[in-house]
Amino acid sequence: MARGSWFKRPSRNGLTGKEVPSGLWLKCPKCNEILFARDVERNLSVCPHCNYHHRLPARKRIEITVDEGSFEEFDEHLLSTDPLDFPGYREKLEQARKDTGLTDAVVCGYARIGGHKVVLSVADFSFLGGSMGSVVGEKIVRAIERAIQERLPVVVFTANGGGARMFEGLLSLMQMAKTSAAVARLGEAGLPFIVVLTDPTMAGVYASYASLGDITFAEPGALIGFAGRRVGNQDMGTRLPDDFQTSEFQFRCGMIDRIVPRREMRSALASVLSLLCEEPTACL
Amino acid sequence: MSVSPLDFEKPISELDANIAELKRIAADPVLRKDALDRGIDIDEEIARIERRREEVMRQIFANLTPWNEVQMARHPQRPYTLDYVRLIFEDFMELHGDRINADDPAIVGGLARFNGRSVVVIGHQKGRDLKERQLRNFGSARPAGFRKALRLMKLAEKFRKPLITFVDTPAAEANLMAEEEGISRAIAVNLMEMAHLKTPIVTAIIGEGGSGGALGIAMGDRVVMLEHAIYSVIPPESCAAILKEFGRDRSRAPEAADALKLTARHAQAFGVVDEVLPEPLGGAHRDLQQTAKTLQEAIARHLEALDKKPLNVLLQERYERYRNIGKWHDPLQLIRTQLEVS
Repeated sequence: MARGSWFKRPSRNGLTGKEVPSGLWLKCPKCNEILFARDVERNLSVCPHCNYHHRLPARKRIEITVDEGSFEEFDEHLLSTDPLDFPGYREKLEQARKDTGLTDAVVCGYARIGGHKVVLSVADFSFLGGSMGSVVGEKIVRAIERAIQERLPVVVFTANGGGARMFEGLLSLMQMAKTSAAVARLGEAGLPFIVVLTDPTMAGVYASYASLGDITFAEPGALIGFAGRRVGNQDMGTRLPDDFQTSEFQFRCGMIDRIVPRREMRSALASVLSLLCEEPTACL
Repeated sequence: MSVSPLDFEKPISELDANIAELKRIAADPVLRKDALDRGIDIDEEIARIERRREEVMRQIFANLTPWNEVQMARHPQRPYTLDYVRLIFEDFMELHGDRINADDPAIVGGLARFNGRSVVVIGHQKGRDLKERQLRNFGSARPAGFRKALRLMKLAEKFRKPLITFVDTPAAEANLMAEEEGISRAIAVNLMEMAHLKTPIVTAIIGEGGSGGALGIAMGDRVVMLEHAIYSVIPPESCAAILKEFGRDRSRAPEAADALKLTARHAQAFGVVDEVLPEPLGGAHRDLQQTAKTLQEAIARHLEALDKKPLNVLLQERYERYRNIGKWHDPLQLIRTQLEVS
């Protein structure tokens, strides 16, 4: 027992933060309330107490967003290599694959949302912070190129707190150029690029395709910004607003069209798709 | 300020001090005669030490570590964009303002004549003394800087002028105001617009290629890079501070610099840079004229090659250039290629 831990008062249901048994119960990171896991899950992983939107694994996100059974994944076979021979990267990749069951930090495929066929890309923060290396860049670009080929709108859920993946160095930085070039082409083809910013979306991803949506939604309370509080160089004495780099902050700065709660996301996407693409199958 | 203030340059500055002392003696008739009386030929001694100096420099600069390259790219004497612009271009007319609410001195740009033809030139600009450094925010551009750059890119497109960009920034500004004014969006829009800007673009990385802040004006059809410039996804200090592999210790930046493969040679090997341009022995600042000439010749050569391309070919090749960057393993592609071969 750590020194001084006798002093800690047990919380009112007798559990301290570190002792919450996994599976049955979970603790809301925002309001610290101990919650019955099944209640949270039934509520789309939104805290029933404080409305905190828990991060979602990509597969779960797809399940709650697309028309049932409509998701057809592509390019899941693409695998990251270790082009820089960067210390620890291979081990991290292996661990992330094992932990998440994913091959990399985005899952892409065809899907229908409210009957509208779309190309969908969903990021997963639990795979190396959702960071963008060569594979994420390539998958995003392939997804956009398929959309151009088949004249479909693109819907992208970001959760790339890691920004550009530093373990692939300059190659990761260049994925910003690569994905933005593909978005330019999608725009030339007159096809919509719809971005949903979820917690957290930062740095190299926010400074490339995540900022290029024709329409940009965000989940409430998501961390969204350029450089993290730690990295950013704040002038001495600058007081950061309490909601610095949240969805609400970015909304106030004019960077987001609408903040959409998770339970309304599917219908918001369906609405925007039906307004932009009047026929439900092919766009425009 | 000393020309050789870096730690690994110390042997050079010591020899420079020797040479200066000998020259002082050589210039003084009394001291000169005194030395000669003692059997020392001052001129020969100076020549000997100068030869030694040359040898020492060759030795040092043939064995720079990646961290030394970071130090070179940030060298206080390193030439900045406007130093080159003055030598490479004629009739440079600087243009200001983003037409929204500001003019950011961390990015400069304007119209100019290059080998007799008019072009648009844009570059990050660092400051030389304390006051100018503050004014130019150490070369870290704010959203207004990227928007001014975009405005000038559009000007180049509209009037069919080639675009030449110079890259030298530690990173884009990341403070509260930059965030409020949409720094991420400003960079992202530049990437998207440069990807299909209807005019040839030549980019030169002349000092620090600091992540997104660099890339925001760096999407050339051709990209050249000075030998001692760097190009990195993250500053090595931040990388070291974040990763457990480096003990989350900023002072282990030299190791991070090594791991990040941020030198000009690496950038070329990754297919990001077309040509690495040699610098004078000891770095660009030791012979600005020569470095400017090297840059001018390289830019001219690449522009000439781009001029020959019809616009649709230019844009297609630019798309593919960026489209194809990256390293991944695609088992299906391998199988497909094998099927084709058999």
